[in-house]
Amino acid sequence: MQITVNGKAHEVDVEGDMPLLWVLRDELGVKGVKYGCGVAACGACTVHIDGVAVRSCQVAAEDVDGEVTTIEGLGQPDALHAVQAAWVAQQVAQCGYCQSGQIMQAASLLAENAAPSDDEIDEAMSGNLCRCGTYPRIRAAVKAAAKTLQEG
Amino acid sequence: MGRLRTYSRRAFLIGSAAVAGGVAFGVYAVKKPVDNPLADGLAEGAATFNPWVIIDADKITLITPHGDKGQGVTSSQAALIAEELDVEFGQFETSFGQPAAAYWNTALAADLVPFMPSDESRTANAARGIAGGAVKVLGVQITGGSTTIPDSFVKLREAGAVARETLKLAASRKTGVAVSELKTANATVILPDGTALKYTDLAADAAALEPVTDVTLRDQSTWRMIGKPMQRLDVLAKSTGTQVYGIDLEVEGMVHAAVKVNPRQGGKILGYDASAAKNMRDVQKVVEVTGGVAVIADNTWRAFQAADAIEFDWGEADYPAEQDSHWQVLSESFTKERLDKKWRDDGDVDAVITGEGVVEAEYRSPYVAHAPLEPLNAIVLVEDAGVQVWAGHQIQRQLQVLVAGITGHEQDEVIFHNQFMGGSFGHRLEFENIKQAAEIANQMRGTPVKLTYSREEDFAHDFPRHISMGRMRGKVSGGKVEALDLSIAAPSVAASQGARAGLPMGGPDSQIVAGAWNNPYALPNYRMQGYRAPELAPVSSWRSVGAPGAGFIFDTALDELIHAAGADPMAERIRLMQHETSRKVLEAVAEMSSWGGELGPNKGRGVSFIESFGVPVAEVVEVTNTEDGIKIDKIWIAADVGTVVDPVNFENLVQGGVVFGLGHAINCEITYSDGMAEQENYPDHEAMRLYQCPEIVVRGLENANHIRGIGEPPVPATAPALGNAIFAATGKRLREMPFNKGVEFV
Repeated sequence: MQITVNGKAHEVDVEGDMPLLWVLRDELGVKGVKYGCGVAACGACTVHIDGVAVRSCQVAAEDVDGEVTTIEGLGQPDALHAVQAAWVAQQVAQCGYCQSGQIMQAASLLAENAAPSDDEIDEAMSGNLCRCGTYPRIRAAVKAAAKTLQEG
Repeated sequence: MGRLRTYSRRAFLIGSAAVAGGVAFGVYAVKKPVDNPLADGLAEGAATFNPWVIIDADKITLITPHGDKGQGVTSSQAALIAEELDVEFGQFETSFGQPAAAYWNTALAADLVPFMPSDESRTANAARGIAGGAVKVLGVQITGGSTTIPDSFVKLREAGAVARETLKLAASRKTGVAVSELKTANATVILPDGTALKYTDLAADAAALEPVTDVTLRDQSTWRMIGKPMQRLDVLAKSTGTQVYGIDLEVEGMVHAAVKVNPRQGGKILGYDASAAKNMRDVQKVVEVTGGVAVIADNTWRAFQAADAIEFDWGEADYPAEQDSHWQVLSESFTKERLDKKWRDDGDVDAVITGEGVVEAEYRSPYVAHAPLEPLNAIVLVEDAGVQVWAGHQIQRQLQVLVAGITGHEQDEVIFHNQFMGGSFGHRLEFENIKQAAEIANQMRGTPVKLTYSREEDFAHDFPRHISMGRMRGKVSGGKVEALDLSIAAPSVAASQGARAGLPMGGPDSQIVAGAWNNPYALPNYRMQGYRAPELAPVSSWRSVGAPGAGFIFDTALDELIHAAGADPMAERIRLMQHETSRKVLEAVAEMSSWGGELGPNKGRGVSFIESFGVPVAEVVEVTNTEDGIKIDKIWIAADVGTVVDPVNFENLVQGGVVFGLGHAINCEITYSDGMAEQENYPDHEAMRLYQCPEIVVRGLENANHIRGIGEPPVPATAPALGNAIFAATGKRLREMPFNKGVEFV
């Protein structure tokens, strides 16, 4: 089957029920997307399908019905997306393992809602678990990124 | 002297890495310099000055041997070297290096001796010195106990200074300019005329010199990095998905493995049927490992699926099958025979605790899982000539010993490539994933095997934080706390963990009472006894180890007494606190939170003080009792580590420690049924999510004489402060974690 990831089309020979997460990680070598729980409880595997955040551990390969964007497609170290730039400026990461998913979730939120309230940030970001407890910095980074994006 | 000898003997046993007949070493062994591991196989023209700095014509590499599980110690170790070496972030690479005796942990001894960290008497310091000698001789390289900064603070700055002075000497020899005329900055030696000679260009000359070891460390007033905000070296990679963790590694020709091991921990596998699994797509084979089996496939998910398709007949565990029985064992452990140690015996509690004003209570702290977000994993390649291991781990040299024991190699034939870790919280002090990957790879010599745990396997085979039970009797009179008689029973985490690691531990287990015995209060009558329960489910060090349990018990008990006395929780703690550095921490949170001010309706505040790994920490929690349950509004926390190396990372780690402590106190426990953990994945053991996270105000104090780490100390004070706040808001005293058994949370 065909799957488009970060603007590039790939032909993959996988079972229809293989989760997108594992197609990305083990078949296509896209490692920025992380495995954390496999049951949509942690959000480490968050990617975008047509710009909307989804848990890639819960999307079967055969159900991928749009273009997939991973953290690598959002921005690169030398060309950061505004959300990534905010994550760097706020020094959010500790272990960093959840942060790809956090950033993808935040980017999806801000694409949909340019000026989220505190409650809206809480609601959108609470499906993403951070075991290190970087939540205060995640909140600050989402707000900083929103400001940057609004100022355009 | 009798006391000291007893303590010293214990320190030897704790540090003794399975050395038959105990440990014997003389002054020579302790004073002998340790070989520089970087000298082996050093390229022509490359210079190594000590085990932490290597420079060749192309680049500067700083060795940061402490494992990085998210606490940012790669950056902090590098910064300590860079401060004296005069290199800036961006001008060097870092490497975890190879495991070596040279990286023995100089700070470990402080917590191996049974003296309160606030005890700076000659006896206490002598015992620490002797224990430190044992750690050195044994070459114990470990990242744990919040020791990275105290271990590194002097020696890494010295390493930088030695390299710098040697490079200056090389420049002097080359140019004829006296060393005293030379300056250094930005990875260059600068001549009086302003000419800058790159360190990399001086490497070949420096390599021919004996390192200049007579160096003086710079005065704090001249530090350009330490104490100032830094940008962690890993922050860009961790914000772009480009940080590589062990789970992301691929080695040429690698296969994927998933294991299923008896969820009754340590139990046998009596039989299994893998016929369905073997017929699944791209499954290569099924092999046996200790206590279970492994599936080999070409993809992680296929290996998981096949492992799930195997039917098993599991044997029994050697601990009670049901959780109630675990508590029963603890309940029956407050006996003379089970007394591990009487840690404090001030005044006369038996005489004082009678009549009016006697308070009694019992407390429980549950098993809790580590559950780092990156599930455990390891890649192992076994060949006849040697073994390579790729994984994130905190006890590198013992990993080599255990792998060598499985494959039949010598320890030095095991090459260990340490990796950045997606969390640990103590789980990566354990070896099960490493041993299993080695067992599998040993049956497939020549093929690299990558073992990845499913989240469910990670939960089933976590060795959780130990359970503990506390019993308090106390006495109040005249508005004051007069006496506290506190007993805590728990299985020994040191014994359980040490047995698996091949590092047998001796002596009383201070972690049974950590966070309870060592708080430097001067209660007029205070008895603190630790009871060692029989071993139950296997347990392991969980971020701050004994203190989240025993500290919760201690501080909640103290709070009950203070309320019974009708005293102010903050004022009475400050009155009782005799250790000045600790008292200032309490005074700091009182000031930060404007303690004593008017609160809104349905609000309550709690304060707690716990010392953990030598760091006094005080915290105030404010909650509101809403219609939907308890809402945590705001936290103020102060801690004294002596010197804050990076204020940004310090704040992040303290806030993270608060979130970690509160989240688990609210809703996490591991319980056993039919010998298995009942919690299988995060929905069963969730901890804190973002919407529950309050504002957390942090202050780092620098009054203490000794520098300490901050990874673990913020955790223990959180739960009792929250419980005390809930009591203040609702009148309901929570004596058991998780708190959601007693109250609802928003």
